[in-house]
Amino acid sequence: MEIARLTISQILEGLQERRFRAVELAQQALRFAQAENPKTNAYLHFCPERAMAAARKVDEAIERGRPLGPLAGVPMAVKDVILTTGVRTTAGSRLLANYIPPYDATAVVRLERAGAVILGKTNCDEFAMGSSNENSAFGPVRNPVDPERVPGGSSGGSGAAVAQGTAVVALGSDTGGSIRQPASFCGVVGITPTYGRVSRYGLIAFASSLDRIGPFARNVRDAAVLLGVIAGRDERDATSAFAPVPDYAAQLQGGVRGVRVGLPREYFRDLSSETGDRILRGVETLKKLGCEISEVSLPTTDYAIACYYIICTAEASSNLARYDGVRYTMRSKEAPTLIDMYRNTRGEGFGAECKRRIMLGTYVLSAGYYDAYYLKAQKVRTLVARDFAQAFEKVDAIVVPVSPFPAFKLGEKIADPLEMYLSDIYTITGSLAGLPCMSVPCGRTASGLPVGMQILTRHFDELGMLRLAYAFEQAGGPEA
Amino acid sequence: MKITEQQVRYVAELANLRLTDEEAARFQSDLNEILEHMDKLNELDTTDVEPMAQVLFEGGETATLREDVEHPVLGTETALANAPLAGAGCFKVPKVIER
Repeated sequence: MEIARLTISQILEGLQERRFRAVELAQQALRFAQAENPKTNAYLHFCPERAMAAARKVDEAIERGRPLGPLAGVPMAVKDVILTTGVRTTAGSRLLANYIPPYDATAVVRLERAGAVILGKTNCDEFAMGSSNENSAFGPVRNPVDPERVPGGSSGGSGAAVAQGTAVVALGSDTGGSIRQPASFCGVVGITPTYGRVSRYGLIAFASSLDRIGPFARNVRDAAVLLGVIAGRDERDATSAFAPVPDYAAQLQGGVRGVRVGLPREYFRDLSSETGDRILRGVETLKKLGCEISEVSLPTTDYAIACYYIICTAEASSNLARYDGVRYTMRSKEAPTLIDMYRNTRGEGFGAECKRRIMLGTYVLSAGYYDAYYLKAQKVRTLVARDFAQAFEKVDAIVVPVSPFPAFKLGEKIADPLEMYLSDIYTITGSLAGLPCMSVPCGRTASGLPVGMQILTRHFDELGMLRLAYAFEQAGGPEA
Repeated sequence: MKITEQQVRYVAELANLRLTDEEAARFQSDLNEILEHMDKLNELDTTDVEPMAQVLFEGGETATLREDVEHPVLGTETALANAPLAGAGCFKVPKVIER
């Protein structure tokens, strides 16, 4: 049994056949993760006590013959923007370097109830703002595929840990691509479920109308198992949906013959790169599997970046107002008056990208600019969502790249914020429309860098999306 | 120029953000570049288009009211545990009212 390549079903089998105990697996997984972590900096900190307690519970259940949860004994990681009682949660920020949450996120509660063993918390861009993980106050993450390159962001630590094998699965969060893009850069599966599918309770807020929690895994089935555990209505998040949660993992083999797949012409227009080539080969595979491929149009695509960066910064400027030196651990030493305390704490605590977004968000919401920027962007968001609704009258799924290029080098894009924003072009449209979307590995470039294919489906049709991804994965990915 | 240095200072004040001179200069140039890109939205006619504040689903309930019953709360001590300065069950901040 190779610790770095374990699957959820191998773990369940091993436990049920008494080949190993959950405690032994947890110890081994922790040791391995701690030893390997310096290569990537994927984990910010580990929580061995919590992990061992969870593992002991699983062993106890086995001894007493009680039924095991779907994640029993599975060693996993949680992005450090998701709250864990008593375990430091920093959001990748200096401001929260010593923050110990007083409660668990609903997703975390559900994971542990299903038997998961949380090993530690993963690195990310500060407050989940970034596309390269270089905005973490605790150092960047390196891509396990090539340590000179970024793992993507903002859930770079979760993507890297799963790819590296230091976690079987992981939780991330996605506002504009923060699960899908690192999944594609690291060559793993990443799911952004429908907005409202997974409770946001206990997720440190970045842009509340866009934020979503979702799984990372090394294969589609494991991702489906994890999604099934965390999905569903939670009364602590008023935006969480009532829609029933199917048993995703049990229904992956539904077949994809006759599924109508749309390729939006706006996404394939300028795509002459290696990435484009791999995606088109991926589409060939889907065709061979019996999917009906056609062209669709999402005409508002070119406006999505501007729309997204107005809305997300506006919401962020409001959400981040709470870090003012009163409640959350850090306070500037230069605090003679209340207003100095606010301003100096925030000036010293936030990194450059957070400040940039707070500034932009405050500006677009300020008197005289609200209508021109924020209201305008909200109207354009309606048009983006409408584009998808019209496309989904003709097709069941939409297939596009995740990123215009594979993992880039550390430092390559950090100097130009607009260029970094523009690299989110293929992921933010699905974010604005609140659609389920995922990245599934779609081959590698000539130099060995992973490419991710993105699949989007109608609201709450995670099952349709997962079936396509599963069939694609089982078929061996893109055509040679 | 979309945004002047004076405006950058004003927005920083609104946001309660202390900026160094270098930061103010850097953000002025970044914001100019980004806001210029955002002007692209003006190419789109949005007359009679409803603004979208939240993802809402047809037919699916996404918000609800619950029964007005008490739930367990964190408690003062737990809520104050992360405060940089607390005392007598309160968050402490620099004095705001002069005697």
